[in-house]
Amino acid sequence: MAVSSKITAPMHRAGRPAADPASAPSGPRSMIEFRGVSKLYAGDVGLDQATFTVRRGEFVFLVGATGSGKSTLMRLLIKELEPTDGTIRVAGHDLQEITRRRVPYFRRNIGVVFQDFKLLPSRTVYDNVAYALQVTGGSRKEIRAKVPDILRLTGLSTKLHNLPHQLSGGEQQRVSIARAFVNHPPLLLADEPTGNLDPETSIDIMRLLYRINRTGTTVMVATHDQTMVDKMRRRVLELSRGRVVRDEAAGRYARDESTRDLARRLRAPSAPPPGVQ
Amino acid sequence: MKLGFFLREAVRAVRRSAAPSFAALATVLVTMLVLGVFIPIVQATDGAADTVRGRVEVDVYMQTSAGAADEVRVRRELLAVPHVHSVQFVSKQQAYAQQSKADPQAYELLGANPLPDTFHVIPDNPANVLAVRNALTPSGHTIDPAVQSVSDRRDDTRKILEVTNLVTITAAALTVLLTIASILLIANTIRLSLYSRRREVEVMKLVGASDWFIRWPFVIEGVVVGAAGALLAIAVLGVTKVALLDPLANNWTLIAAPRTIPFTALIVVLLVAGVAVSALGSGLSLRRFLRV
Repeated sequence: MAVSSKITAPMHRAGRPAADPASAPSGPRSMIEFRGVSKLYAGDVGLDQATFTVRRGEFVFLVGATGSGKSTLMRLLIKELEPTDGTIRVAGHDLQEITRRRVPYFRRNIGVVFQDFKLLPSRTVYDNVAYALQVTGGSRKEIRAKVPDILRLTGLSTKLHNLPHQLSGGEQQRVSIARAFVNHPPLLLADEPTGNLDPETSIDIMRLLYRINRTGTTVMVATHDQTMVDKMRRRVLELSRGRVVRDEAAGRYARDESTRDLARRLRAPSAPPPGVQ
Repeated sequence: MKLGFFLREAVRAVRRSAAPSFAALATVLVTMLVLGVFIPIVQATDGAADTVRGRVEVDVYMQTSAGAADEVRVRRELLAVPHVHSVQFVSKQQAYAQQSKADPQAYELLGANPLPDTFHVIPDNPANVLAVRNALTPSGHTIDPAVQSVSDRRDDTRKILEVTNLVTITAAALTVLLTIASILLIANTIRLSLYSRRREVEVMKLVGASDWFIRWPFVIEGVVVGAAGALLAIAVLGVTKVALLDPLANNWTLIAAPRTIPFTALIVVLLVAGVAVSALGSGLSLRRFLRV
């Protein structure tokens, strides 16, 4: 469709995760760019003059208390909400310039994962993932090629024909991640992906998100799980009452490590991270 | 592939919300039945009114005392009036014979013949009937002392038109009301379907399904229900026509009235109406409850 051509042009993924988040990225190298973004809800502040940049291939945590604006930020990113003020750019596209009609095509470039999974209860694991391709006009051939692949990546190969209620919470979250990532979007947003899960399962989910990040996808995770954030040692954006109050790497920023190392480190009892005095 | 997907989704939805779907289907069925019965009836009564209107003539009634000389004179005078095409004389004896054959008992009671001699004056053009009538009754008098009164068939025409109008208005009102009911019930069905599938809709929006991709299954669901209702109505009408009306058609000229709609055309009209009504109902709900 001609309408979609502009937006569906692939947003190129960085080959490797960003090495240094401290340097000021700009231009087409940034995946997400907020410039003085505010969102007011009938007098309430959702987001207040938020300004930050996320580079391609980064893994970013978004932390803050309930009502601090995490969800508002996520919903602004998928253009479910319009900012009251400021500009948001995703992969170089100014969201304000995307017409309502093109929003669906824009969203195909963003995978979204939620705390409550949002799976379709009457469809099998395979169908749930295939559904994302079906409704975006994927061909039968494409579905047959992509779905088993992504299910293998997320470790669900043996659960293809199970219904969601037959799965554990962690498995359900994997299905929802598989669905969000089946199109290999350059940006993956996860809103409290481990909110309903026990610590061990949470580690598996984080490991999966990290594995996705290592393919070059920019990943942004909103979470309450402070210990997880501390252990992962990735970039952290903290919101408080709509303001960005902290933007830094927690502890020493963990460099390019394998997912196995990551998991091992996450499972370790909370000893002070190596390298921190 | 896409169409198949939409159809599967629509059928899935119809099966899941069977009760409201059935209510909507039944209403569409009744609406289409009423429409299917009234279209031919209105056309037939209209046709009857036209027939009467086409039989335009002016009747000139003679005094009962009028004799043969009067008859000859009046005939000459009538033929001299402009726009008169022909004049037909019916003597009181002929009229009596005709009427007493139609109702022998009533005329036996009367004993004497109350009927006057009559001229049927036929104008050259039906539109000129009024001109002829006015020429025959200049300034309130009749054209000749031997003529008792002049009348045309306007009263008859008016009566038939009144009946026709009543039938048409009743049918139209009924159809409008039933159509509104159909639209609202289809809208309600779709609204329930939207509610029961809000999760699907949410997921579709999240993964970036285009607006119409989300809407089509619901539109198709409504149209499937509407078309099913219309098809059932057509089946009922078809069975009724073959079983009841066709055997009677020879005896009852109204049914065989040449100006009524052919059955195939009626099928098309009902199908189109059924689909249009259901598409409207679906659209109504989608506009109000589906923010894509």
